Amino acid sequence: MVAQNIFFYVIAAVMAFSAIRVVTVKNVVHAAMYLVLVLAGVAAQYVLLASEFLAATQVLVYIGAIVVLVLFGVMLTRAKLGEDVNLTNDYWYVGAFTGVILFVLLAVSLLDHFGDEPLDQANAETQIVGNTEQVSDAIFGTYVVPFEAVSVLLLAALVGAIVLARKD
Amino acid sequence: MMLGLELAYWQESILRSLGVLAAVLLPAGTFVYVFLFKMVSFMQNRLGPMEAGPYGSMQLLAEVGKALQKEDVVPDAADRTLFKMAPYLVVATVLLTYVVVPFGPDMVFIDNQVFGTGIFYVMAVSSISVIGIILAGWASASKYSLLGALRAAGQLIAYELPLVLSVVGVVIQAGTLDLQRIIVAQATGEIFGWGAIGNPFILTQFIGLLIFMIAMQAELAQTPFDMPVAESEVVGGYHVEYTGLRFLLFFIGEFATAGAFSAIAATLFLGGWWLPGLDLDANYMNVVGPLVLLAKMMVFGGIIFFIRFTYPRLREDQLQRFAWKFLIPLALVNITATGILKVVF
Repeated sequence: MVAQNIFFYVIAAVMAFSAIRVVTVKNVVHAAMYLVLVLAGVAAQYVLLASEFLAATQVLVYIGAIVVLVLFGVMLTRAKLGEDVNLTNDYWYVGAFTGVILFVLLAVSLLDHFGDEPLDQANAETQIVGNTEQVSDAIFGTYVVPFEAVSVLLLAALVGAIVLARKD
Repeated sequence: MMLGLELAYWQESILRSLGVLAAVLLPAGTFVYVFLFKMVSFMQNRLGPMEAGPYGSMQLLAEVGKALQKEDVVPDAADRTLFKMAPYLVVATVLLTYVVVPFGPDMVFIDNQVFGTGIFYVMAVSSISVIGIILAGWASASKYSLLGALRAAGQLIAYELPLVLSVVGVVIQAGTLDLQRIIVAQATGEIFGWGAIGNPFILTQFIGLLIFMIAMQAELAQTPFDMPVAESEVVGGYHVEYTGLRFLLFFIGEFATAGAFSAIAATLFLGGWWLPGLDLDANYMNVVGPLVLLAKMMVFGGIIFFIRFTYPRLREDQLQRFAWKFLIPLALVNITATGILKVVF
């Protein structure tokens, strides 16, 4: 049990608790704050895995952009203080079912693939070094075509959203 | 290893934590005294604080003492937990920002071999403070606070983009995201074969610096971009309901963020802790470096506050148009030009 393992479980526990609170809490803004905890937990796990570039991206995109956008939208529409009565959607059990299926699927496939594979000690030594360079080399070297395809796809989605949102 | 001292890991960690605190509070205090108290007073033809200490230099401590002894008022209708949490979130953001700023060859808070994301990390964590500001405005249960917070959110989102895009030019030129290596790239650079002053990126990335300074002014909500806290329109914006220590935290957050962004601008464009003629690897740079960086920070701080006390406020639509239709396209052109020139030379 190294320090990374202990912190993994601590962060994972906080994330699991916050994730449940996101859907059970009675206030939209509080739910968004618990969502921040979950997403920050993901970033912390990335840091534990020595993937600092991914962690920074997680913070920039999910906390800095998506949660801010959620909060912005909530405040422009229904910035209610205190408890809200019917926040729970009627189809919550469908969502719960999907969540459980996804969890089981991921858990089984990950355990099946990496379950009792010991962490390579020699590899672990090199893993401590940050990997920003490797990530950029991979994106703009090996995977440059998929990367460009995804960015064009996102651009198309963006343009489409603007076209749908504009009235004229 | 620092200054020839051999320290255990936990001792180094404690020193680093204290170092971050000092790096946040000292420049913030200096900025408040030198610019907010004295420079603006001279610009407005008055003396400013003169009573507390020689030339009013202890005025800041008096202000802190005043804020600390005030009652911590929480409005009745407010969301107590979030109301109390928001200022800490804003200050924590600044503490996180300083983590990757190098102050000398060994005077770093985090080893760049382990954490090489540097400027990208700065951009990521500096976006967290928006959440603190929105929360403060919402949890206060006041119309003025909410309006101020909405303005702040719209403004910070709009100007974060040019801020991020303006540093891409520097990153392309230096070939690294890490701030320490960006400084080395500037110190060892050459201007058409002439390397006496290195190659500070202010020369090649002047447009980037201009965009960075404008976006920084807006991110800090300083005039001419101070609609979120415009006293004649929304009283005081998102922190109108705060008193005592929590107001002080917002105040520290504002000036510490000004310090942090100045430090980053100095690192990216002026060569950070390095000066022409100084040895890049010498041990004395660990003492001289922080002073050099502080001097360069004061240059940028002076510009920020000089503009703040000189120009009137923009209108909300002008501000948004300026960001989206002028700054962002200009930053993109700058990136393209830098990329092309990088390949050509």
